Amino acid sequence: MSTKFVLSSFEINEIENQKKHYESYRAIAIEALKIVQKQRGWVSNQAIVEISKILNISASDVESIATFYSQIYRQPVGRNIIRYCDSVVCYLTGYQKIKKVLEKHLSIQTGHTTIDKRFTLLPICCLGNCDHSPTIMINEDLHSKLTPESVLNLLESYK
Amino acid sequence: MNKKIVRMEETHPLTWRMRDDKKTVWIEEYSNKNGYSAFKKALHQITPKDAINLVKESGLKGRGGAGFSTGLKWSLMPEKINNKEHRYLLCNADEMEPGTYKDRLLIEQLPHQLIEGILLSAFAIQATRGYIFLRGEYIKGEYVLKKSIQEAINSGYIGLNILNSGFNFDLFLHTGAGRYICGEETALINSLEGRRANPRFKPPFPATFGLWGKPTCVNNVETLSNVPSIILNGSNWYKNLSKSSDTGTKLMGFSGKVNNPGVWELPFGITAREILEDYALGMRSGLSLKAWQPGGAGTDFLTPKHLDLSMDFTTISKAGSRLGTALAMAVDNEINMVSLVYNIEKFFARESCGLCTPCRDGLPWVVKILRSLKNKDGQSNDIKILEQLCISLSPGKTFCAHAPGAIEPLQSAIKYFRSEFEDGISINKTNLNKNITGIQSNKFNLKF
Repeated sequence: MSTKFVLSSFEINEIENQKKHYESYRAIAIEALKIVQKQRGWVSNQAIVEISKILNISASDVESIATFYSQIYRQPVGRNIIRYCDSVVCYLTGYQKIKKVLEKHLSIQTGHTTIDKRFTLLPICCLGNCDHSPTIMINEDLHSKLTPESVLNLLESYK
Repeated sequence: MNKKIVRMEETHPLTWRMRDDKKTVWIEEYSNKNGYSAFKKALHQITPKDAINLVKESGLKGRGGAGFSTGLKWSLMPEKINNKEHRYLLCNADEMEPGTYKDRLLIEQLPHQLIEGILLSAFAIQATRGYIFLRGEYIKGEYVLKKSIQEAINSGYIGLNILNSGFNFDLFLHTGAGRYICGEETALINSLEGRRANPRFKPPFPATFGLWGKPTCVNNVETLSNVPSIILNGSNWYKNLSKSSDTGTKLMGFSGKVNNPGVWELPFGITAREILEDYALGMRSGLSLKAWQPGGAGTDFLTPKHLDLSMDFTTISKAGSRLGTALAMAVDNEINMVSLVYNIEKFFARESCGLCTPCRDGLPWVVKILRSLKNKDGQSNDIKILEQLCISLSPGKTFCAHAPGAIEPLQSAIKYFRSEFEDGISINKTNLNKNITGIQSNKFNLKF
């Protein structure tokens, strides 16, 4: 029998703290999903239900938001999220080579996670770093002017 | 020739306070550089109506891409105040237009100029609450803005009865969770309310029925950052900064395979050639310019013959494109236009919110056709279908400007580089439906 899922008091406090900033609790939905995801890596079905109770909106409402926004993960992801910019300037400066070398080195396709759960590879919209393209983001770090060689060296620092 | 910009208070209202080491200008340094003096002046010397009129007279146009008059937008807010209810000022910091990197600069390096602009704008429209809607991926921006808002609170610029003026204003930072459509005015409001970022039908306009049904004004980061200097120095000074009918300065730049990609504060009226050659230092060795987009992925391509046009809203519009965000992108001669447009349309199809059918179904259809043309597997009528889709997704046919923006690069690429599209048509393939009078089936699977 599975144990009952509960949000931690830290998560609940963080969500409750947001309430004073908005006229309606619904507005916290996205932030609540981000708070939970930050602690657990992703947002499970049970987490959706628990968030819906705090915000007093239906679980399907929370689900509809969770599935709309690209930064909310509805399945487990790796310890490190690699997001390569595939927008037009990075296209001009060669993001495809970066993507190819990442997929080959990690033995995964975009959208997938490595077997050792170390990396998940995702595309992302323009990171607003076009004058230093091609560019990728690993977790919260921005990396600029990448080459196929430099991007592989970069991975070594993420365990 | 490499022109060096000497940033001065008199000529570079947006960037003169920036540090050469590009580090954040925190409140102490900002105050030492005449910061918050416009806000203090406004609170005690002018009325909100005067502030609106001043900005209207200055000719400031929205810097988010559409170029609508900021003063006019402010004047649409209802004059009658209901003291029991909030009215809102939203700062659109959801910068996600591919090829655009200007707001990041202002947020990370001059957060207090933005906050002062927000405070002045809020004062003008009598807003009592504001949110900065920042895209979730701007991690440094989040840190900088959080700290700066706290600094402004500690200095008494945010809160109740600010500087004993009777003006109350609270400012909060709200971070998004990814989706380009959040930058659309009404979609941003929906997202802030904790909903899917679908655009809303207009009217009613946000000025009368916005966030939680209250009067709301949405302004871009760069727009708001212009306000302090206008309030301080007046509308005539602002108009004289420009060399064109559009007033003031603008963050402009060039990216792509140029020698020195970047963003610079330049007067309206400068030509694209000057930016490309004097600041971006031309195309990289061995490459030549084939086409360029004036201001982001959603603007029509122009060609090298348009380089001498003045970079302003009116001139670029007359040339058949849009100034957009004015962050131009150079396409070099090694790039195939079909492949490039395929990349752009894949982005727009991926980011369609799915609310209205033409956009939700039309953009993936465009992507499928472009993919087949890219793979030299196109059918004889594919270009005609693309042209028809351009009409079906044009302004007025969809709920918001996402699809009309999406087809701008496509229609202009067909216009200027039709032969590259024709090269993608396989001689072995013919369309079953020559006249294209209805929906055609697609034989390709859509994969992003």
